[in-house]
Amino acid sequence: MSKKAKAPQRLQLHVPEPKHRPGDAGNFDGLQIATPGAMPRPATDAPEASLREFPYGLIRVLDDSGKAVGEWTPALKVDVLLKGLRAMALTRAFDERMQRAQRQGKTSFYVKSTGEEAVSVAQAMALDPDDMLFPSYRQQGLLIARDWSILDMMCQLFSNSADRLKGRQLPVMYSVRDKNFFSISGNLGTQYPQAVGWAMASAIQGDTRIAASWIGDGTTAEADFHHALTFAAVYRAPVILNVVNNQWAISSFQGIAGGECATFAARAIGYGIPGLRVDGNDFLAVYAATQWAAERARHNHGPTLIELYTYRAAAHSTSDDPSAYRPGDEAEHWPLGDPIARLKQHLIALGKWSDEQHKALVAEVDAEVKKALREAEAIGTLGSTKADPATMFDDVFKELPVHLQRQRDELLGAMGA
Amino acid sequence: MPTMNMIQALNSAMDVMMQRDDKVVIFGEDVGYFGGVFRATANLQKKYGKTRVFDTPIAEGGILGTAIGMGAYGLRPVVEVQFADYIYPAFDQLVSEAARLRHRSAGEFWAPLTVRSPCGGGIFGGQTHSQSPEGIFTHVCGLKTVMPSNPHDAKGLLIAAIEDDDPVIFFEPKRLYNGPFDGHHDRPLKSWAGHPSAEVPDGHYRIELGKASIVRPGQDVTVLCYGTMVHVCLAAAEESGVDAEVIDLRTLLPVDIDAIEASVRRTGRCVIVHEATRTGGYGAELSAIVQEHCFWHLQAPITRVTGWDTPYPHALEWEYFPGPARVVAALKSAMEAA
Repeated sequence: MSKKAKAPQRLQLHVPEPKHRPGDAGNFDGLQIATPGAMPRPATDAPEASLREFPYGLIRVLDDSGKAVGEWTPALKVDVLLKGLRAMALTRAFDERMQRAQRQGKTSFYVKSTGEEAVSVAQAMALDPDDMLFPSYRQQGLLIARDWSILDMMCQLFSNSADRLKGRQLPVMYSVRDKNFFSISGNLGTQYPQAVGWAMASAIQGDTRIAASWIGDGTTAEADFHHALTFAAVYRAPVILNVVNNQWAISSFQGIAGGECATFAARAIGYGIPGLRVDGNDFLAVYAATQWAAERARHNHGPTLIELYTYRAAAHSTSDDPSAYRPGDEAEHWPLGDPIARLKQHLIALGKWSDEQHKALVAEVDAEVKKALREAEAIGTLGSTKADPATMFDDVFKELPVHLQRQRDELLGAMGA
Repeated sequence: MPTMNMIQALNSAMDVMMQRDDKVVIFGEDVGYFGGVFRATANLQKKYGKTRVFDTPIAEGGILGTAIGMGAYGLRPVVEVQFADYIYPAFDQLVSEAARLRHRSAGEFWAPLTVRSPCGGGIFGGQTHSQSPEGIFTHVCGLKTVMPSNPHDAKGLLIAAIEDDDPVIFFEPKRLYNGPFDGHHDRPLKSWAGHPSAEVPDGHYRIELGKASIVRPGQDVTVLCYGTMVHVCLAAAEESGVDAEVIDLRTLLPVDIDAIEASVRRTGRCVIVHEATRTGGYGAELSAIVQEHCFWHLQAPITRVTGWDTPYPHALEWEYFPGPARVVAALKSAMEAA
């Protein structure tokens, strides 16, 4: 008996598309947001197999009224909260002024971190000062929270004669060894396995310091992400691997990186690494999750992947215009609010802060940025002063080889020096 | 003095450095318990422990990425990429990261790592176990590239590479591991036993990176070569009757410009020999150096003898390999030119 052949079904390619585009109103309806305080806080030595609900949950501490609720509430003194609030406000003021400086031609490029300040500030504060940080380009708050000089940062942005990187790096690609802040690459994700290697070295040497690294949701698609998680898992490296899911990789929404197939925190499950998913705009939740992962790493229980769920409220960079690919008012509709406003509300709820004090703080940090800006401008802005061209040949190697000596002489000859 | 083949010499270099410096760590695919597919790291895990000599996942990008982090911490990683043909997944970490870290951080961070990797053909390895990608790395500013041709140099250069504070790509011509192969594949295999360069001191010694070696002094024509081709060129010099000066460059970057210049100015003729493909290859750079520095001394066109611009074919490897007959022809042609 012969069966009648069925017509084969035609295959279709699925290309993810965000729900809303320019012209639509910003709207996050349908997004599953866990209730603050709902997630339990497991012991830091809990086996990974017992933690598999966390990649699909959302650790939140601050509720809508600004109250800290649930087991993840970190026991933080008010002065720590105030330091965090100030560092976030300073980061935002710095971003605003530097964006403007770029528009005025004082620097070629800038990247704001608006809306994501809690990620870098709370994480820097939850770690020890000698823990090693391997950031991407949107964690300027790490340096600010570690009390690094904003004047020094501006000199790098302006590529002036005091730029510690001698005009070699794109603005915002800081390197500050004094603050255990690794040189930012600009190639996405490369720092992730490097952080794992640094952490492995610390373990090989019987050191006590741990490492942490940051990438965005888009960069999880790079091979370096997989390398980092594989090596971190295999060698139980004392490292915290952070994915800042700010929903957008330039113009590509997180679905293009596979964020609709599974959460980014859930990537951890396949490697046998604990994955925590955290409200990235909740200073207390970010602090608590980082502290949990750090304690786990310090006791040889290995790495943690933390997805910081947040929203990139500004453009990708000064070269980007988000109105071309997402609703103009989308940031205002982000259901997890603004990290500074939420910590401010919490401090007010505690009775330790007021609108007047907050207004004064905002004015104070802006004045601090303005003062540093004047000093940086006096040293030079893009093109007005810069590193001695002969220094371009330094640091390619530790010592200058003959072929580079000759090329340096050639340049100096051409310049008539 | 003990006699060592190249594998034993490389093993001895790593042993010496592991002993001297607890910052030296070794890792790569199969290098730990097993001691490497070519046995270069044999017994080192047993001697120095699992946290200093260990196996890795099959991920060259991960090996190099973690090595850079370890280097930034202050260790001196010596990693093995099992075949040079497998180095490409690590390319971004090498080119964008290891090579530029010191420069981009203005000297704040650097990665003093050594990447050992067996290269070259002549073992029926086909296109994925025979490549010589050195020219890809000499093009990258911030990397040093080394290729030894004998056990004595291999040990001294590897120690210098491990002690160097810059990243070094250390290519090992695998056809030389067990003997000085001169390209006569139809003749009986020679071992390193009795070869003067197989006399290798047990302890620590260095051969400075960036210094070439004149392995055969001569008056008529300068032959620039490295790796397996050194032995091919020596055989060709004898067989051609041309009094060739054979220079083993040993380090390709930084290259010993002075040695090249001094020799070619004297002989007035230059033949460049490498196993890698020709177009855009390292020989092109050597040719440009000779032209820039020795043009008015040249009595003949500069000639290149190289692998063909094809993938390394498995069954046709001896037609691909730039053996002594092709070098002899090049030497004669250089001498016949006016």
